[in-house]
Amino acid sequence: MSKEEPRIGVYICHCGTNIAGVVEVEDVAKYAATLPNVVVAKNYLYMCSSPAQAMIKEDIEKHKLNRVVVASCSPRMHELTFRKACEDGGLNPYLFEMTNIREQCSWVHSGEPKRATKKAKDLIRMSIARARLLEPLEKREVNVTSRVLIVGAGVSGIGAALDLAERGFDIYLVEKMPYVGGRVAQLSKLFPTDELALDVLNPLVQAVASHSKIQLLANSEISAVEGYIGNFKAKITVRPRYVTENCDACGECEITCPVEVPNQFDYGLSQRRAIYLPFPDAMPKRYLVDNNSCTRCGTCVEACQKKAINLEEQPREIEVDVGTIIVATGHDLYEPQDGEYGYKSCKNVITQLQLERLLSENGPTNGQLTLDNSTPKRVVFISCVGARQEPGIYKPLKTDQKLNRYCSRVCCMVGLKNAIEIKRRCPDAQVFYLYRDIRSFGRGHEEYYMKAGERGVVFIRYRPEEPPVVSNNPEGTIVTAYDVLSGETLAISADVVVLNVSMVPSTSASDVQSVLRIPMGADGFFQEAHAKLRPLETPLDGIYLAGTAHGPKDITDSSVMGSAAAAKAAILLAKGKVELEPTVAYVDLTKCDGCAMCVEPCTTKAITIEEYKEKGTIKKRAAVNDALCKGCGACAATCPPKCIYVKHFTLDQISAMINAALAK
Amino acid sequence: MQESEPEPLIVAFCCNWCAYAGADLAGTSRISYPTNVRIIRLMCSGMVHPALVMDGLMKGVDGVLIAGCHPGDCHYTDGNLKTERRVEALMVMMEDMGIERERLRLEWVSSSEGEKFGRIIREMTEQIRKLGPSPFKSG
Repeated sequence: MSKEEPRIGVYICHCGTNIAGVVEVEDVAKYAATLPNVVVAKNYLYMCSSPAQAMIKEDIEKHKLNRVVVASCSPRMHELTFRKACEDGGLNPYLFEMTNIREQCSWVHSGEPKRATKKAKDLIRMSIARARLLEPLEKREVNVTSRVLIVGAGVSGIGAALDLAERGFDIYLVEKMPYVGGRVAQLSKLFPTDELALDVLNPLVQAVASHSKIQLLANSEISAVEGYIGNFKAKITVRPRYVTENCDACGECEITCPVEVPNQFDYGLSQRRAIYLPFPDAMPKRYLVDNNSCTRCGTCVEACQKKAINLEEQPREIEVDVGTIIVATGHDLYEPQDGEYGYKSCKNVITQLQLERLLSENGPTNGQLTLDNSTPKRVVFISCVGARQEPGIYKPLKTDQKLNRYCSRVCCMVGLKNAIEIKRRCPDAQVFYLYRDIRSFGRGHEEYYMKAGERGVVFIRYRPEEPPVVSNNPEGTIVTAYDVLSGETLAISADVVVLNVSMVPSTSASDVQSVLRIPMGADGFFQEAHAKLRPLETPLDGIYLAGTAHGPKDITDSSVMGSAAAAKAAILLAKGKVELEPTVAYVDLTKCDGCAMCVEPCTTKAITIEEYKEKGTIKKRAAVNDALCKGCGACAATCPPKCIYVKHFTLDQISAMINAALAK
Repeated sequence: MQESEPEPLIVAFCCNWCAYAGADLAGTSRISYPTNVRIIRLMCSGMVHPALVMDGLMKGVDGVLIAGCHPGDCHYTDGNLKTERRVEALMVMMEDMGIERERLRLEWVSSSEGEKFGRIIREMTEQIRKLGPSPFKSG
């Protein structure tokens, strides 16, 4: 607490003619000089210029100033500039106050110079009233733990992990599935190169599994996270596989298991046993038991030569300390409603991802494109299923269905890829592609679209107001569509209908949100701090986003975002320290009676009630955790005795400004 | 405008992230509005203690504007929603004290709504002018 008399330096900026053209700056400076505690009052052409800043530093020393007020542009423009100038001049930067007489005065009152000048004087009087009550504040520095927690081991999480590990940082890579690789592991080929997905993925997966700096925790989830940037404490639950490291993936257990359940890796197109390996290339290459379907018959235990099965295994909880967190939790696929475009109501209507599985060598048909034991002669693709659902135009089959208004970005290219692939495998097959628009925006994508046309894919454009209708017919499935470009209604008998489904937020996203408290957008994907300028950060400092957790995107963009998030995380780790803003809540312990009104409004749970002893009685008072406090002031506004306030925005300071506004 | 007629004084609490930026944008866009408003910058509209508003009104401030982020956009998640509830309580208090409800106004102004900010100030100044000086104005 500074007890010395305030000695205030006031500087009025002309800002060329931006301010001086409307406000009589000399008059205002003269007025400021008459106010109590003002020792120096000057006006100057450009206060942000080097000579002007030098003048401030000189005056601080010469006139022993302990407060500085600059009346110029918006503090959002130059507050940091002038704070730095004060700091260089030996004055605590929080003893600086700025008055906005440009954006909020001269620029909006250019037709009323007399009134604008009076307003400028009022605003400066208010600033000076506040300045008198300002206190010096120190930024706190805390250490940054040199480890990163990456939630999600899909292509973006893996990319981030490898980049950071290569830089020498320790990584905890947590993956909820029993294997790493995410959704790419379920694809057959990638656009526009037509490489095999697993050829691209496997090297990355091997690298992540063998890197000494990466601790991989598959079949695991984060259950709790506490702390703040640089100092997070995370609890991870490692779910039991019931199979030990002795497993050599021989598969004997699987053969003997009597239980069969739908195989989700194949999107329900095949069955698997209760003890299973997710897919042949799965890493970790170890079988696991699905606790939900296992009957505990013990047949697999008997069959296992390596004695690797332990049905009594318990979940483990690990606690880790990390400096930053990257959220790369991926996406799910849109499940069409029963009956939507004939899904589950008509024969051979499948989703794009089910088609991927049929085309994959490790899929339910070993890569043979057959449905009902026959190769399709006519395939119809329908685009924009589960995306671009406009209220009033899209007719949901269920009244409470949440509409996905967004475009899912990648489906066009996936559809084109598979259309070309079908033509490649079955040159005599007819392929119809029913679309609203074709979005082939990336590198090589437009050429790819042309290729589809050259290969004989027939493109039919439909309107969202008249979507294709898929119906059952004695001969099979019929797709009826109004072709916008020819004006004709076509009825196509289809052997297979492929629905181009959208990416939707992962079902685990809400769990992740409740643990991390990062916001979701209206579409359900995680929200970035600023769409243009801060696309990798969340509003919570130290927590970054990567991949499809942030929204639909292809593998290229997911990889880029993974590397970018890693770079962001690395900045912090490389610095080793982080500065916390000192404008946090503060309790006047002489007045606090522990009523706890301030506790509930605090969104970051920074306030607790502590007990203490005074003259033999137990009393209560509020205590603020500086590191968790964001300085929002919700507590200050609820305090009946007005004894908790945000430093640099105290109730006294604000009151003084209001009184000064009222003064003549 | 007669020079002898006192100009209404409107104090505006604007949140740093949205409303204050919106007011700045009004300036950058050279939008005009009356000179009656005095803006106080806070980190969040949720920082406004009801006592500040009541004190101000009872000391003779003719109108109070609280401007924050749109619901869902609050930099501190839900500070603005707390403001909304407080304003409701304030309106009741004001009625009890015989202060017209129109003297307190709560608005959501995003950082891109410079036009909106100007319009709010124009509307509110006119409205407060019609209401006349605060019943607590010292003579």
